[in-house]
Amino acid sequence: MAAKNTMFPSPFDIKAPAGAEGWEEMYPYYLLYQPHQRKEDEEKFWFCNSQHWPVPLRPFDTLMLEHTQKTLGQYNTRHLLIPPANGVECKMINGYVYMAMVPVAPQDIAARAPAFMERAGHYFANWNELLEAWEKKVRATIADLETIHFEKLPDVVPIEWIKAGRGLDNASDLLENFDKAMNLLHRVLQYHFEFLNLGYAAYVDFFGFVKEQFPSIPDQAIAQMVQGVDSILFRPDDELKKLAQRAIDLSVANALKSGDVETALAAVASEPNGAKWLAAWEAAKDPWFNFSTGSGFLSTDKRWIDHLDIPLSYVRSYVERLEAGGAIKRPTEELRSERDRITSEYRGLLDEELQAVFDGKLGLARTVFPYVEDHNFFIEHWSLGVWWRKMRELSRILGEAGFWPDADGMFFVKRTELRDILWDYCNSWATGVGIVGAGIWPDVVERRRKIIDALGTLTPVPALNNPPETITEPFTIMLWGITTESIRKWAGSQDGETGKLSGMAASPGVVEGIARVLRNPDQLDELLQGEILVTPVTAPSWAPVFGRISAAVTDIGGIMSHAAIVCREYGLPAVTGTGYASGQIKTGMRLRVDGNNGTVTVIG
Amino acid sequence: MTKSADYILDFKAISASDHSRVGGKCASLGDMIQAGVSVPPGFAVTTDAYLAMLDGHGLRLEIERALANVDPDDFDKVDRAAQAIRIRIRSHHLPSGVETAVREAYAAMGSELPVAVRSSATAEDLPDASFAGQQDTYLWVIGADDVVARMRDCWASLYTTRAVAYREKHGIPHAEVLMSVGVQKMVNARAAGVAMTLDPLNGDRSRIVIDASWGLGETVVSGIVTPDHYSVEKVLEQIAERKISDKHVELVPDETRGQAVEREVEAGRRTRPCLTDDEVLAIARLAKQLEKQKKCPQDVEWAIDADLPEGQNLLALQSRPETVWSQKAAANKKKYQTGMMGIVGALLGKTST
Repeated sequence: MAAKNTMFPSPFDIKAPAGAEGWEEMYPYYLLYQPHQRKEDEEKFWFCNSQHWPVPLRPFDTLMLEHTQKTLGQYNTRHLLIPPANGVECKMINGYVYMAMVPVAPQDIAARAPAFMERAGHYFANWNELLEAWEKKVRATIADLETIHFEKLPDVVPIEWIKAGRGLDNASDLLENFDKAMNLLHRVLQYHFEFLNLGYAAYVDFFGFVKEQFPSIPDQAIAQMVQGVDSILFRPDDELKKLAQRAIDLSVANALKSGDVETALAAVASEPNGAKWLAAWEAAKDPWFNFSTGSGFLSTDKRWIDHLDIPLSYVRSYVERLEAGGAIKRPTEELRSERDRITSEYRGLLDEELQAVFDGKLGLARTVFPYVEDHNFFIEHWSLGVWWRKMRELSRILGEAGFWPDADGMFFVKRTELRDILWDYCNSWATGVGIVGAGIWPDVVERRRKIIDALGTLTPVPALNNPPETITEPFTIMLWGITTESIRKWAGSQDGETGKLSGMAASPGVVEGIARVLRNPDQLDELLQGEILVTPVTAPSWAPVFGRISAAVTDIGGIMSHAAIVCREYGLPAVTGTGYASGQIKTGMRLRVDGNNGTVTVIG
Repeated sequence: MTKSADYILDFKAISASDHSRVGGKCASLGDMIQAGVSVPPGFAVTTDAYLAMLDGHGLRLEIERALANVDPDDFDKVDRAAQAIRIRIRSHHLPSGVETAVREAYAAMGSELPVAVRSSATAEDLPDASFAGQQDTYLWVIGADDVVARMRDCWASLYTTRAVAYREKHGIPHAEVLMSVGVQKMVNARAAGVAMTLDPLNGDRSRIVIDASWGLGETVVSGIVTPDHYSVEKVLEQIAERKISDKHVELVPDETRGQAVEREVEAGRRTRPCLTDDEVLAIARLAKQLEKQKKCPQDVEWAIDADLPEGQNLLALQSRPETVWSQKAAANKKKYQTGMMGIVGALLGKTST
């Protein structure tokens, strides 16, 4: 860095923190900065994507990054031929993910337009029909995933298989199930991107038009005009609210408050109307409790359905608020009428001709944008939730077989290593000798666990090398909230000015309060009423805690990031994409969060 | 015989059906009030009063005679005839019904209140209305005697040489242009300034920019102080930018001298914001309302009157159409595409063709 004088450090100059030396062994070679590519890698601008990857990646979890990199890229580059944008290149440093946009050569951009129009045009013209088919495909894939089970290899092959002349063993099923799970994951993540960038493209078109008419219009106002108020993402939280109301109506609220999940459900069952409430609880579970406390891409993310204490505690706190006379319903009517008001007011500032353009672009954006929000439930929460559950099954079996002492040990080995481990397991079972890996992997897992812990204490630098002079590529701006401006601000905060942070004005309002810095979803219980949530990133399933906080501040994310969407829905001020807030702000500091201007000030 | 109540119409009582009786200026004040915009309080002396004056003294015939054979191109003759008419109008007492009504209405505004007396001719439907009835305005008028005298001056101003020549030239019958007079409280501004319903830097109609300083707004308009500056998001009604300046002088009314005087602002107040945030937003809403009513971007002069109770003290003094950006926008009209072509354009970084 000293020699080159770049705005951000070179990836080749960043050292591992103490205790994390050798972290490179945890990731595949193609995700590491390689010396033989140093020249080209230093010419690219890389930004840290802590929005989707907020914590150091466990080795196994890297497969989600690999898949999304590939499937995002394939849609831009090979399916749709998005004129200015190919995929995104990903690398890792100290467990964190850095991304660089892969541009299309300027001379090739226009040439891609006709193919893009034909391909994307087909989607836009048949949007609802194709989307219906999409939901069917995804549901079928989920059903397929549900059929997969990983079981401990038995002492002997079942007698029925012998008599039926099956000719295959249990290890064969185990390996096939593993391959099937991997193939379905690949499939799910391709579906993830089938509509996504088209949704963003229509949004970008409306966004650009409105910005040209009103250069100073806040991004959040444009988002508000497009965004629905009925996103499926709010459904799980709405279900909890309904359950809370029903608990009061059916007089099971007190029973619900007793002890752990099992005790509480048993207590409810013994109430006269308990069966009715339990039926409602069961009905809500599938699919709405397939809801992750994190992005859904990590093995550490918890799903409500696997941890019923999480939704139950939210239901309990809603019950308490209802009993205290409070309101828990989202003000959807107000949100809808506010959205109509601002839409008609901005529109009213245009002449008739421009109003027609406004209507056309807004109409398309509103048609396609719900997908951008709704896919998140179907893919990240539901499909991946089922997939991770299967992986936990496998990890537990392999742990019991002796590969690692803890149930989650598998997530500390690489995807490619796991193939060998499965073979080791099957082979040792078949031959009747001991597992070779049992003497190897426990130490590896232990070592890597410590490395991850050491890496977790680090706040990663927000970017690498020099940024381009201006950022114009619309997806970079829209998806990751990265603008010429935000990069300049990151560079500024790096210089150590700690009193004030700037980010995206993501949800309006100004609030003062006490900061609570959370680095992972397990800490959500620590949040006290009225505190300001400061975190690298939030997930939609944190919605219930938004009733408790007074504002949210995140390190990364644009105005369409999860935190921004949820905050607007809950009427809370939010500043996203600050780059550094969770590193610089400490729990207990007094903050002023200005969601109108995108600033966070430490005032005490 | 006209009833005396018909001579006076409070600004607040002016409705669309009264426009022909109160002239252009008072009608526009009435419209603003109807649209929910406060203006300095006052009343219109209707054209009925003017007609009562003409009829009571046989002035109508005199005017006709004086102008009967005047060649509109002969400036000297027009000038002499016009002057004669003005002298005749000024030399008569008001019909007693009119005079009593005006004095009562003025007294009801407060004792010896400084007012502006403004001409308001019934020619606003003409393309060049300001020439059709030469409109005189008299500021800092104090006391009923002076109000009455100035009102008569306003009537007479219908017959300035220029106005007469204009009507002759355009074949507008003199008797068809009538004069109403507005009597309006002089503003005692605690703070005042201008508001524009677009951003003058880039023509952005989603912004309202406000310049404000202590005292009367002339200091802002003439540029002798650097005002406090605000930019307000018009639709969301949020203050987006603010810049508080050192406002070293202010213009305040001096009733004993019957005019506004410039004085130094004391040290503590100079760098303090002259508006609260609530006032900034109220001014923005006022400007927004006027823009909506007039259906085009406006340049609004406003004041916060120290004599009026909070909540009723923000007054619109004048609202004119903004011209610079409106003309530019009309000249630079771009073509936009929607649907697929729009999306391709957006991805290629071209929003318009």
